[in-house]
Amino acid sequence: MSSNSRLIQVPIFSECLSQNKTPEYLFWVGSAGSFDDRAKKITRDFVKILESAKVDYAVLGSEETDSGDSARRAGNEFLFQMQAIQNIETFKMYGIQKIITCDPHDYNTIKNEYPAYGGNYKVYHHTEFIAELIKNGKLSIKSKPFGHDAITYHDPCYLGRGNKIYEEPRFIINQVTENLVEMKRNRSRALCCGAGGAQMFKEPEKGEMEVFELRTKDALELNPKVIITACPFCMTMLTDGVKLHEKEDSIQVLDIAEIIARANQL
Amino acid sequence: MIKQLIFSLTVLIAASVFFYSVRNIWLNIKLLKPAYPLDRWNQRLGLLLNVGFGQTKILRFPLIGFLHALVFWGFLAILFGSAEMLIDGLFGLEKSLSILGIAHKALMFSGDLFAFIILILILVFLSRRMLMHVKRFEGIEMTHKTHKDATFALTLILLLMVSLLGMNMGYVANHTSHASIYPVSSLFVSIFWIDSPEFSHVFEQINWWAHILLIFFFANYLPYSKHFHVFMSLPNVLLSKLEPLTQMSNMDRVTQEVKLMLDPSAEIPSSHPNQIERFGMKDVEDGTWKHYIDSLTCTQCGRCTSVCPANLTGKMLSPRKLLIDYRARMNEKMPHLKADANFNDQKSLLDDYISREEIWACTTCNACAQECPVNIDHPSIILELRRYIFMEESKAPSLLNAMSTNIENNGAPWQYPPSDRMKWADQLYINE
Repeated sequence: MSSNSRLIQVPIFSECLSQNKTPEYLFWVGSAGSFDDRAKKITRDFVKILESAKVDYAVLGSEETDSGDSARRAGNEFLFQMQAIQNIETFKMYGIQKIITCDPHDYNTIKNEYPAYGGNYKVYHHTEFIAELIKNGKLSIKSKPFGHDAITYHDPCYLGRGNKIYEEPRFIINQVTENLVEMKRNRSRALCCGAGGAQMFKEPEKGEMEVFELRTKDALELNPKVIITACPFCMTMLTDGVKLHEKEDSIQVLDIAEIIARANQL
Repeated sequence: MIKQLIFSLTVLIAASVFFYSVRNIWLNIKLLKPAYPLDRWNQRLGLLLNVGFGQTKILRFPLIGFLHALVFWGFLAILFGSAEMLIDGLFGLEKSLSILGIAHKALMFSGDLFAFIILILILVFLSRRMLMHVKRFEGIEMTHKTHKDATFALTLILLLMVSLLGMNMGYVANHTSHASIYPVSSLFVSIFWIDSPEFSHVFEQINWWAHILLIFFFANYLPYSKHFHVFMSLPNVLLSKLEPLTQMSNMDRVTQEVKLMLDPSAEIPSSHPNQIERFGMKDVEDGTWKHYIDSLTCTQCGRCTSVCPANLTGKMLSPRKLLIDYRARMNEKMPHLKADANFNDQKSLLDDYISREEIWACTTCNACAQECPVNIDHPSIILELRRYIFMEESKAPSLLNAMSTNIENNGAPWQYPPSDRMKWADQLYINE
């Protein structure tokens, strides 16, 4: 650690309450962001961004429970609604009105599906939030660590087709590279990574190849140095895809939060 | 007078048969579940103009989409002429709508021009289907019958255009002062024609009758054809789900039960006290009116299947098949169900039509729904079938059951305790 590094004490809502503080934003970490080893790194980098932009945020810690997205898409509506109602109760208890998350699935569920149970919030995906920080001047990008390396972006389905967020991620990526190249299937035509709809948690059905294999092929056609995405599930799938094509030594798969943390050497 | 009488009788028969078909569809709809309230009409109208009349989604496949959009826009112009023919026939008039002046001339002009354009395009579409190997038109669900249906419908449209041009040619030959209103027909007449007013008149009459009878036949054939989208696509777009593609429908009954579980004193209004409804969909009658009109609207173009990640990687799922299956099962079961509410043929949409292998291959990526030119919601069929499998049968894939159990027990899809939720934050340093 360099001499000017600081240990982050991540604020937790229950502790803020006892200190009479009401943070403006809930950073919803999500189950993947809390427990998946690769996604945890994204969570850590995003918190560094929040800290460096001096955002007034806190997390729920052990009071956070799964959003229910995968349960619902597997067909377990009961469990989904139990989770949703439980989370809404927690949000209510802390007076939470604004929520940020790095997970497009949780983003979609909380933003679009929780209102059916009285949970209405301003929900931001971290790509929207970072883009806004940059545009408001609260976050300035200090370097372009990827120079002219070819970088491509994979649109997560629940962010893109689901919620029409196509341009914010590209706006952010263009801050750190001169060479964003598009796959032939991009934006609303992007091919899924294969993990949505609870596929993440089951074996795939029989076929000629895996979905992540095909999607990674789309990216490899461009000979990129970096594949960027903005979803913990896409991260798992594309990382596996790059390994499958034996390119893990030459191609990195990174989340948008990670490229910003790198650019600013957080 | 005789002509008027015969014509009126023909109209009556055609309209009665059409009414019978539409009534059957309406009775089917009434047996299905509600989908969502039909509100936000401003937004719906916007969709109708944009996706419907503007054809914006079919243009996502630019070349073939544009050719099809030409056919659609041409149909609209030609439809005006058909309405005029109907009025002329019933009241013994000729070109009754010419009172509209310049608008009439413009519509006649474009109708004549489009008839020729559509004629050429139909020839292109037919040869594309028959001679070219178009992957989109293949798949397990594309049987000999559906190919025959396509060829038949295209041939009918071809004949409609030929008769329309024939009618215009006969008219132009005897009304040379109107030649400029019918550009293609007058061109043909100037190239080859028998210079006889009687011949021209008979030729016009024969084609007039052929055209209007073909319209009546076509209209009554469509409700039983995959080509029903000619009628259904605009209504289906108007009645689209307006929520984001990835937003699932809520199950209000589950909400009631969950609220009861959390607060036993809660008062729950009961809308169907004696009716035990299934959770999710096992058979077609568990579906909503939207599933049904989606299935009637689908013309099996296969844009959905061509972008489906499961299908592209060789899995059994083909989104197009879901709609074909739903409609086929409706046709099979509904006549019996209408006669006997307890009808049971030991078959169901689940398993007998749509296999579990198809259902569990879906990633809910919504590429299919995004691509559909007429806003069909394919994933909703999959998700309703999954709800049935999970909640009524408890037969989801074992790993999904495990995922579910973990969420129930420890609030995460994996076996980690809630107390570990902050472990990611250990030793987290920032460089300042």
